[in-house]
Amino acid sequence: MSTPYAKLPAWADYGLIPLINLSVAFIVAGFVVMLVGENPFRAAVILVEGAFGKGTGIAFTLFYATTFIFTGLSVAVAAHCSLFNIGTEGQAYIGGLGIALVCLSLDSVLPWWVIFPIAIVAAAAFGAAWGFIPAYLQAKRGSHIVITTIMFNFIAASVMVYLLVGPLKPAGSQAPQTRNFLSGAELPKLNWMIELFGAKIRSAPLNICFLLALVMAFLVWLLIWRTRLGYEMRTYGHSSKAARYAGISETRIIITAMMISGALAGMMALNPVMGDQHNVAIDFVSGAGFVGIAVALMGRLHPVGIVLAAILFGMLYQGGAELAFEMPAISRDMIVIIQGLVILFAGALEHMFRPYIQALFASVSPKSVGMQAVNGKGA
Amino acid sequence: MAQAAIELIGINKSFGAVRANRDINLEVARGTIHGIVGENGAGKSTLMSILYGFYQADSGEIRVGGKPVSINTSNDAIALGIGMVHQHFMLVDNFTVLENVILGAENDALLKSSIAKARSELDRLEREYGLEVDPDAVIEELPVGLQQRVEILKALYRGAEILILDEPTGVLTPAEADHLFRILKQLKDQGKTIVLITHKLREIMAITDTVSVMRQGTIVATRVTKETTVGELAELMVGRRVLLRVEKGQSEAGAIRLSVRNLTVKDQRGVTMVDNVSFDVRGGEIVGIAGVAGNGQSELLEAISGIRHAVSGEVMLEGKPIDLTGKADPGELRDRGLAHVPEDRHHVGLVLAFEENENSILGYHDDERYLKGPFLDIDAIMADAKDKIEKYDIRPGNPRLKTANFSGGNQQKIVLAREMEQDPGVLIVGQPTRGVDVGAIEFIHKRLIAMRDQGKAVLVVSVELDEIRSLSDRILVMFAGRVVGERGPDATEGELGLLMAGVERQEAAE
Repeated sequence: MSTPYAKLPAWADYGLIPLINLSVAFIVAGFVVMLVGENPFRAAVILVEGAFGKGTGIAFTLFYATTFIFTGLSVAVAAHCSLFNIGTEGQAYIGGLGIALVCLSLDSVLPWWVIFPIAIVAAAAFGAAWGFIPAYLQAKRGSHIVITTIMFNFIAASVMVYLLVGPLKPAGSQAPQTRNFLSGAELPKLNWMIELFGAKIRSAPLNICFLLALVMAFLVWLLIWRTRLGYEMRTYGHSSKAARYAGISETRIIITAMMISGALAGMMALNPVMGDQHNVAIDFVSGAGFVGIAVALMGRLHPVGIVLAAILFGMLYQGGAELAFEMPAISRDMIVIIQGLVILFAGALEHMFRPYIQALFASVSPKSVGMQAVNGKGA
Repeated sequence: MAQAAIELIGINKSFGAVRANRDINLEVARGTIHGIVGENGAGKSTLMSILYGFYQADSGEIRVGGKPVSINTSNDAIALGIGMVHQHFMLVDNFTVLENVILGAENDALLKSSIAKARSELDRLEREYGLEVDPDAVIEELPVGLQQRVEILKALYRGAEILILDEPTGVLTPAEADHLFRILKQLKDQGKTIVLITHKLREIMAITDTVSVMRQGTIVATRVTKETTVGELAELMVGRRVLLRVEKGQSEAGAIRLSVRNLTVKDQRGVTMVDNVSFDVRGGEIVGIAGVAGNGQSELLEAISGIRHAVSGEVMLEGKPIDLTGKADPGELRDRGLAHVPEDRHHVGLVLAFEENENSILGYHDDERYLKGPFLDIDAIMADAKDKIEKYDIRPGNPRLKTANFSGGNQQKIVLAREMEQDPGVLIVGQPTRGVDVGAIEFIHKRLIAMRDQGKAVLVVSVELDEIRSLSDRILVMFAGRVVGERGPDATEGELGLLMAGVERQEAAE
């Protein structure tokens, strides 16, 4: 006996349900804020104003969002092929290594618009290579991708520590990071875009990687839903038996999907490294890969959803920083709790309210759920 | 009529927007066998699940023995004397019969006293109803017929007066089914009430006293079995007249298009599933492979279609060998004119989460017709899907609808349309009408015969003996991985049934 299938109109599926989930997350978060003795409404106002109130806030929000779009897309591409890529974190880290090598060797001779494309290729290639090894092990040896990608995060971290305190560190420096890039490897800011709308920006790291992220979101959509490769990935993702039946090579599809996923993860590093810090420092990814998992889940693995979810998480990052500053009782850890609640309700408990919404729609307007066929039995 | 054992009054049940049961009124008299027939998705199983406490009705009343009751869990149902034998057995494979019977009915922290009590009780039940099973046998070593008997014993052990059987004969040989019916008659004679859910009309005619027909969630008719006919019931189920046996002309067998020689296939555990099988399929004929499920038919189909690795043997497609090492590319076999309708359309033949049009190219997605460079040619795919929907009368006729939302019969038509429209030379079909409603069966059979008449070689594997007899020009019977006999289309059911049960040819002739 299968679960009878009733579907909701698209606006409810993609709009209403996430909104309800999000509201519940914030209500529960509000109680947490109350527990530490602060006013949840004031906290909410500070959070939203911090993220969207001023031009600088918006720019920071979008800067963080850029990072999460890349990691969210990375997780989503693998997930469409039913591969749970936990290794986005490490792939992004290694992607940063690729960028460092390009920038450190070319920044004195070339302008940014020549270095940028080379750096994109290097970041993607290094990330893809880091995704290739677990993919190969999964496809050929059956080693579970979740386990291997987690391990590869640790390996990536160790490799980078070694390089950043050793070969890549300028002589005499005490900081575990590369030398600062010259202006040839600095990406142009996008602050003028926000200033067009009349807002003032003091200093914010929003840069052209944001546009690159939007382009990649479109390309991922094209890949997944409009190409033969995407079709094969989705077929394998839904049923490996159907893929076998359809003549799709398991080895090839796993490796291809993971390399694309790794490439997107690697490209994430462009944003903080070339757009903001202009060096590669230890632990510069700082959890963005794991946030990507939440972003991908919340965005329902669709690029449009991922962009929106990334902006939401960007808001939580930026507004949360403001909140921690304004309300001393609320520490950075509290912000992590709020983010955790959003992930819990929007990601993990995504289907919690769905049956009720479906029942509501069915009773109010049966036609909107498009059901006449009686599917009592699994046939 | 005797007092009613069960009365269902005005039962309604919806799942979201789906109304699985609508205003059901049903009365089953004590000490009778009542049949419930209907197509897949008509709501039979939902209704019985309500009676057994798996689901709660949205509205309506249930009366057992004349008293209104509320059944919220299966424990409530058991306490009221209602027992259920599920289509898929709920047995622990590595427990003994005895352990399975007391599972959930242990009345002590230590098992010893429960087991002793169960042993004597089981002994009595077995003698009383002719349900012989060795109480110390381990379930996984028993044939399915006996496993089902254990399910019945479980229900009786819990004091069931009313027994619900959901599609009980799906996994049985004809002989085992006959034995089951004898047991049911005996139970009836002892005063038990039996509700039999099935979509096989012959069983209804053979064993029930009264029968209700369900269609689209409602009971459309209730009849005394003696006063109705198979034709009338089929018509009530589908809502229109149906041909129960498709007319077909004489076959004109041509050249050999598919040839299997000494094929041996082992499963993952190394057990031989197909044992030295040889046969030919010629153009213009339908060869049917009969057998009880699990006798190697599935593995045979998978090996021929290049999905499963074969240990030894040879398969020739249009005179050229197929790679049997398991590395064969099913896509390449398609190019060579082999089309395959797999047994399991839910996990193999279709991706249920896909839109209909996406499934209509599965396996042919690298065909130039559907591509523009690396991109899918959406317009061409949609046009092609619409064309197939029209030709095969797939309903609802919306290529953008998720495949999971089609009925079983229409899903099967999607697979058949895809495979047949490629104009293959050889078509192999596993369980062509499993879970498919009567109306669609007729359509599918006609299509298969049309393929044959075009000179294609058609190989059909089915556990439905009626289907094999109605379609095939030659019938092969598989038992324990071997082909144990070949018969013509006029072979009797008894003859085939004995072969399917593994009784040797000499005995069968007696």
